[in-house]
Amino acid sequence: MTTRMFGEPIVRREDPRLVAGDGRYLDDLGSGALAAAFVRSPHAHARVVDVDVSRALEVDGLVAIYTYEDLEGPVAEPLPLLIPHPRLHAPRTAHALANGAVRHVGEPVAMVVARDRYLAEDACERIAVGYQPLPPVVGLDAAVRAERSVHDDVPDNVAARMLQEVGDARAAIQAAPHRLELELEIERSASMPIEGRGVYARWDAADRSLRVYSSTQTSTSVRFALAVKLGVPVDRVEVVAPDVGGGFGVKIMHPWPEEVLVPWAAIRLGREVKWTEDRREHFVASAHERGQRHTVRVGFDDDGRLLGLDVEFLHDNGAYTPYGIIVPIITATQLLGPYKPGAYRVEFRSLYTNTVMVTPYRGAGRPQGVFAMERTMDAIAGHLGRDRAQVREANFIQPEEMPYDHRLTFQDGRPLIYDSGDYPATLAKLKRLVGWEEFEAVREQARAAGRRVGIGLACYVEGTGVGPYEGAHVRVETDGTVLVATGLTTQGQGHETAFAQVAAEELGVPVERVTVVTGDTRRFKYAVGTFASRAAVMSGNAVALAAGKVRAKALRIAGEALEADPGDLELADGMVRVKGAPGTGIALPTVAVLANPLRYAFDEQARLATQFVVGGGLQSPPVAEDDEPGLEATDYYSPIRSTFANGMHAAVVETDPETAEVRILRYCVVHDCGRLINPRIVEGQIHGGVAQGVGGALYERLVYDESGQLLNASFMDFLMPYASEVPKIETDHLETPTPLNPLGIKGAGEAGVIPGAAVLAAAISDAEGFFVDRMPISPSELWELRTRNRKGDA
Amino acid sequence: MAETLHQTRLVVNGVPHTVRVPARRLLADCLRHDLGLTGTHLGCEHGVCGACTVLVGGLPMRSCLLFAVSVDGAEITTVEGCRTADGGLGPVQQAFQDCHGLQCGFCTPGFVTTITAYLRDHPDPTEEQARQAIGGNLCRCTGYQNIVASVLRAAELQRREGRGR
Repeated sequence: MTTRMFGEPIVRREDPRLVAGDGRYLDDLGSGALAAAFVRSPHAHARVVDVDVSRALEVDGLVAIYTYEDLEGPVAEPLPLLIPHPRLHAPRTAHALANGAVRHVGEPVAMVVARDRYLAEDACERIAVGYQPLPPVVGLDAAVRAERSVHDDVPDNVAARMLQEVGDARAAIQAAPHRLELELEIERSASMPIEGRGVYARWDAADRSLRVYSSTQTSTSVRFALAVKLGVPVDRVEVVAPDVGGGFGVKIMHPWPEEVLVPWAAIRLGREVKWTEDRREHFVASAHERGQRHTVRVGFDDDGRLLGLDVEFLHDNGAYTPYGIIVPIITATQLLGPYKPGAYRVEFRSLYTNTVMVTPYRGAGRPQGVFAMERTMDAIAGHLGRDRAQVREANFIQPEEMPYDHRLTFQDGRPLIYDSGDYPATLAKLKRLVGWEEFEAVREQARAAGRRVGIGLACYVEGTGVGPYEGAHVRVETDGTVLVATGLTTQGQGHETAFAQVAAEELGVPVERVTVVTGDTRRFKYAVGTFASRAAVMSGNAVALAAGKVRAKALRIAGEALEADPGDLELADGMVRVKGAPGTGIALPTVAVLANPLRYAFDEQARLATQFVVGGGLQSPPVAEDDEPGLEATDYYSPIRSTFANGMHAAVVETDPETAEVRILRYCVVHDCGRLINPRIVEGQIHGGVAQGVGGALYERLVYDESGQLLNASFMDFLMPYASEVPKIETDHLETPTPLNPLGIKGAGEAGVIPGAAVLAAAISDAEGFFVDRMPISPSELWELRTRNRKGDA
Repeated sequence: MAETLHQTRLVVNGVPHTVRVPARRLLADCLRHDLGLTGTHLGCEHGVCGACTVLVGGLPMRSCLLFAVSVDGAEITTVEGCRTADGGLGPVQQAFQDCHGLQCGFCTPGFVTTITAYLRDHPDPTEEQARQAIGGNLCRCTGYQNIVASVLRAAELQRREGRGR
């Protein structure tokens, strides 16, 4: 009987460690290390005139203080522009420590190293930095007006400008029987993992080697970046992502100033150094996302079918652009969702402001794009007096039109071609799940009881599993353990379980025999990272390919030993055996011994193996020319282009007639991420995404005042949902496997968050009878909107 | 200007410890760095997220808001102490695995301690009560639905265990 693991909702293998307090997160490591702390700018925009450290020198336990003047060579140069783009005409990145100027509150100015963190912070307090404040640029309006600039040499504050057009959208809109223009805005939010960033570095002076632990989404790339920045040969640098307490995008950014400076100081001091970010630092010195304002012009026919769509939007990229313009490019392309837009024109400007920089947060530009598109769909339905679901149906790409080429360029620089999906079927499932057709009765019933309820829906298509590649190494040890290593990292997605399921399925072994390591460059050196819902697609397939090679080798060796054709053999229950003859065969550990023609037999497995003869006999070498010892293989998966998952959400809300409080009565999700490796884990990803979507729609926003101070830089004031704010989530699935990869998988990591703002804005609009065009929305904002709309009516 | 150290006695998970710490040393830092019990995590350091929750004299408290010296002599239970007597997963810990109540696991220790204390006083909660019981802890990964399920599952495991005795 074959052990079937792929597709089973097994419990997670990483959990016993994590629930018992035995996880190893960044700050759990390096108990004897020196502690680093940073002096950070209190100003949004200022020249740094001088740094006086004299009063800090008397602090007990102080080891070192560094300012920009102490940096030299590559570490003194600006941090790298990770993702250049021809349209990013004015990229700017920060220095590891401020070089004469600061451009947002929180920018690091000096680094202190001391015996412990308390003492390091004592010293920070005693460092006097002289600033000459400059007027800051805060918000999109100020950035566009450009009366002041963030960077002296970028007077218009425009970092990038990009236009894509298919057909003549403006002419199509002009000629359309119906036209609408909308302004739609989403405010800033942030990933906000419960564990912040952290770096711990150990320099071995005798060995001239560096090991760095970082709470990162990409250890392999941090390794290459540090080798360059620190001038250490790359083969002397190891980077390990230990257990990571959430990422949600922010930890894909690298190398951070602190990530460079901590190992730099460790080398300089010859001591272990560690920095653990505190919560306020995470608010003011990591990265944010989401802030965008969209102007949508649309032309459509009597059925609501799009004829022309023209979208212009402004993207607030904060003070620096190390991660390029990935976020607005994603908005520009993924805004289209499951629809055929007719002629399409999209243009954005990416603008500098004196605020924390912007890098991807789960969804990465999609929540904004979906908000723009779905609100437009609702506006069209409202204009025509048609059912909102019907208008969407009229615009759907049909299953028989797959693969569907939008003739645009996606975030990976490759054509935006949808591979698979059945949007009408997804919508039909969602309508059944939420009771779309029966909702008017629900509304009437509520109205009769003096309650105000509304329903909304929103659709998205998400490019997942972007390349260029991931790889995996699979080895069967002679004790039967299967070791799997892949270079990308894990922040709670259950990779130790999911990848073990993939390997167990390929090799016919119990999942308990498989051990998975991720994000450790000692084990796997080439990888891209965990982002863009790509881990299951990319590493999942790489593990399957590498395990497939191991399987083929096991069958070949066993075939030689059993004098059987490998084609007549199968791998199951930890044995290689003749198909249809369960009694005959060799245990996989024995095959692993045979795969390595060692001279010495030192254990039971080796003794067992001596009964078999493998290899080509005395006329050929013990290890054939095209072979290697050991039962192991490495392989890489590199897709031609991204695969496209999709989903649709519906929400029923109740708004309080007096207080304007919004309560979510029902939240329904139908999603299609192709074949599921572990449905339990996918469901968990959906739940978590929805919670972040609800937060982004109703509670979370980062509020800057006009002087560039972040007013709510704490969990007291930045309102993330507790259990009391997240509704029970009802889910249903559709599986249209992608033809693009062997396992038929599409990604699922980001899906849950994407339509959150759109679906809740739709439901609130439906409950209130007026159009919500800006999210998030608080009760007081909703109350004011009511007042304004009442006046408008009068 | 070396700091004055205070001798402080803590009984953590049944094991007595004596530490010499500055008055300002947080209980969380003392547990993590002086005693090496790194299962207690810090998420916000101002008492909002609940990741650092430990039981002091059986009551859930935020160890980021307590000085170690202020709980001199106290009996403290951390997530490491929520195991069974033989070192296996305790009912709350087992429930989290059974119900996929965690993803990254960083906030989990605070939930485990909080729920352990709650179930001692409320052995048979309804779903609504289970949701309220975890209402003071933040989780950024799970959306809470599976944590609510974990509370109910833990109660079930505890009742079964109770019957087995």
